[in-house]
Amino acid sequence: MNSAGASALSQGCAGCEVCGLVVRLPVPAGAASCPRCGERLHSRRPASIERTWALTIAALLLYIPANLLPVMTTNTPLGAVSDTIMQGVVELWSPTSWPLAIVVFVASVTIPLGKLIALAYLLLTVQRGSVRSNEQRVRLYRLLKFIGRWSMLDVFVDTFVVALIQLQPLMWVEPGAGVIYFAAVVVVTMVAVNSFDPRLIWDLPQQEKQAHG
Amino acid sequence: MAGGGVPAAATAATANGAGGTLLACPDCDLLQRLPPLPLHHAACCARCRAPLCRHKPDSLERTLALALAAGILLLIANVVPMLGLSVAGREAFTTVLGGVIAMWREGSQVVAMLVLFAAVIAPALEIGCLLLVVLAVRRPPAPHWVATLLHGYEFVREWSMIEIMLLGVLVALIKIAELATVIPGLALFVLGSLVFLLAAMAAAFDPRVAWQRIEWAADGAVGGAEAMR
Repeated sequence: MNSAGASALSQGCAGCEVCGLVVRLPVPAGAASCPRCGERLHSRRPASIERTWALTIAALLLYIPANLLPVMTTNTPLGAVSDTIMQGVVELWSPTSWPLAIVVFVASVTIPLGKLIALAYLLLTVQRGSVRSNEQRVRLYRLLKFIGRWSMLDVFVDTFVVALIQLQPLMWVEPGAGVIYFAAVVVVTMVAVNSFDPRLIWDLPQQEKQAHG
Repeated sequence: MAGGGVPAAATAATANGAGGTLLACPDCDLLQRLPPLPLHHAACCARCRAPLCRHKPDSLERTLALALAAGILLLIANVVPMLGLSVAGREAFTTVLGGVIAMWREGSQVVAMLVLFAAVIAPALEIGCLLLVVLAVRRPPAPHWVATLLHGYEFVREWSMIEIMLLGVLVALIKIAELATVIPGLALFVLGSLVFLLAAMAAAFDPRVAWQRIEWAADGAVGGAEAMR
């Protein structure tokens, strides 16, 4: 623990999440809003752990159809071929474009799954009241916030392949059912990361809080 | 200080630097006093190293210039062709909106809306909000609706995904290159410059300067809440 550490919560204050103003909360705990920007003030985001768990589990369920269902179907006079995300990565793998195949694989497969595992880890350690490696955990949270949007990559790839290859009856591409599940995974995980309150990482378990004064 | 004594961090920090603003780290809730920062210097949280703020020179003027330039580029990027393809004597061109329309027609309306939001609406709102904020706070105190815009800007920034779309277009281009001749359009280069302009715009803008010039929602205490400065 840092010797100078006193959280706003322990001092009966809260930093406004929108404008950053530090405000003293009313003593009988009640609703308060920031005098500068008008935003509701919370010491910790309400029901942060429950909401983040719900969204994480929802994203995990959506992740299954997102990877099993095809994201695009290529139609030619010879027939139709459907590709899942993973098949798209394999197709992209060639002596010249393999770096892009790696980028797509990381953005569409590794990042969403890694995000869910990382969120579960953060939630479990917060619920257990862990006080170890706080700095690494908050760094992990910041990484999730920064990297999560890049999973949208595959949605854009599908959109522009579909937009360009519309050469009926020679060849045309249709989006598959998997795209919507995949887009949902990305959106839900982004909302999940936003609903997690990193300040919970630093909150000490009740007994220790008293011991530290 | 309006709210009475704040011990520990606040006093400790006051001891090694004069006055300064009191703030609570958004990532770990540590209360600390921020001394006035020299130019180009940044402050991070003493406990969790979260970036707290950076003294940016001429923040409002630079943001205004970059936002204007970004607005113009975004407009161009959405009207000129972005990608073309020629196969067996047929040519097809598409813009960003063309991608959205194709996705809509092919039955993925929800995904089309998401792409429209992330690639067109969110960047436009990002630039528009910031432009209005910067213009409105030139003569403080700025009216209170500026606070709402500033809040909206922070939200929309996360969903503005021009750089990701550009990488997506690049991947699509390479996928298609096996099947047909791909013709990169002007919008591709405009979008490339826009990525850098948007990053520069966000980097030049210092929200603290704007917040300091905005009229408060309430004078003094509201619902028992008291501000401490």
